[in-house]
Amino acid sequence: MEIKLKLNGKNIAASVEADTVLLDFLREKGCLSVKRGCDTSNCGLCTVLMDGKPILSCSTLAVRADGHEIHTLEGLQEEASDFVGFIADQGADQCGFCNPGFVMNTIALLRENPDPTDDEIRAFLAGNLCRCSGYDGQLRGIRNYLNSRKA
Amino acid sequence: MITIQKYVRAQSLEEAWQLNQNKRNRILGGMLWLRLGKGSINTAIDLCDLGLNTIEETEEQFSIGSMATLRDIELHEGLNTYTGGAAANAVKDIVGVQFRNMATVGGSIWGRFGFSDVLTVFLALDCYVELYKGGIIPLEQFAAMKKDNDILVRLIVKKTPCKVVYSSMRNQRTDFPVIACAVAQMNGEYRASIGARPARAMLLRSAQAEGFAAYVAANVPTEGNIRGSAAYRTHLTRVLVERAMNELGGM
Repeated sequence: MEIKLKLNGKNIAASVEADTVLLDFLREKGCLSVKRGCDTSNCGLCTVLMDGKPILSCSTLAVRADGHEIHTLEGLQEEASDFVGFIADQGADQCGFCNPGFVMNTIALLRENPDPTDDEIRAFLAGNLCRCSGYDGQLRGIRNYLNSRKA
Repeated sequence: MITIQKYVRAQSLEEAWQLNQNKRNRILGGMLWLRLGKGSINTAIDLCDLGLNTIEETEEQFSIGSMATLRDIELHEGLNTYTGGAAANAVKDIVGVQFRNMATVGGSIWGRFGFSDVLTVFLALDCYVELYKGGIIPLEQFAAMKKDNDILVRLIVKKTPCKVVYSSMRNQRTDFPVIACAVAQMNGEYRASIGARPARAMLLRSAQAEGFAAYVAANVPTEGNIRGSAAYRTHLTRVLVERAMNELGGM
């Protein structure tokens, strides 16, 4: 099937199979920040933004992206660079595998709620699983970033 | 793993219904549960072009399109004002924001899943479903029906004055519930909807507040699975209904 979408600001057209998932399509297009984790819609590793909303690309058909705008971390590096250093300072990206999903969902959080409480951060990021850090590092990093903006 | 031969964005409910009469074709919701299944789908039918992704509010009711997402439910101010936050409480622990941006109300209600928080909370309210061929019927009737090849168009929540409380017990925050419970006070009666029994949610009513929790626990069949035994679920049912009744001021 032929699809047209805007990927990281660029209009593209492509031919895909009916059951190709968006994750595989995006990786074929060079967006290697989008990774396959649980493959059961639970871990948040494959998070991308569709029309500005975070979704799971492992469970979205590529054909459903037809006519929509998709952003991956490749297209949002400048926005992410504001806060990823604060997360790195906490050692929260210990192995780094889950980091792209965390960063994408944090971007969505801060766009929707620029000054979240710790509980609001925990709630918004509850769909992102980290296998090694225990989540406190990510929380401290985001909190330090928010505090730095107020200073 | 499923495979899909063909994908169609239906341009009318009639087109979607005609396609859905073939047993090898399937209507897509959020595709989150469907994707975990096995087998081959001949034609995947997408309703995304039919304008069913909105929640419309009038003085009498909320009309929730079948393609509205659980996140739409969570963030809808009017619906959460009417339910005192129960609608948002029912969905807020379903996996994560990304998941709730995809999971549809239609998929959740149509599936009548045994683990469904969504069916549980709406069953306690004055709710109806609009089916393309079957018309408008009470949600309680729909919840007990066998699946057929009709299409769920929208969920209708009447603004009947009520107070409602939702709670669930989960072993871990974003896991399926061990038991799900919604209790409403409406039209002079108490209504308890119990889901994750782990079978489909069911509704019990009583005009009496006193003894209601024990009555519900005694009359809701439960079963055991990996998340909890039948006896544990029955115990939790009584606890959650009692807490809800206290919150409603009924005890």
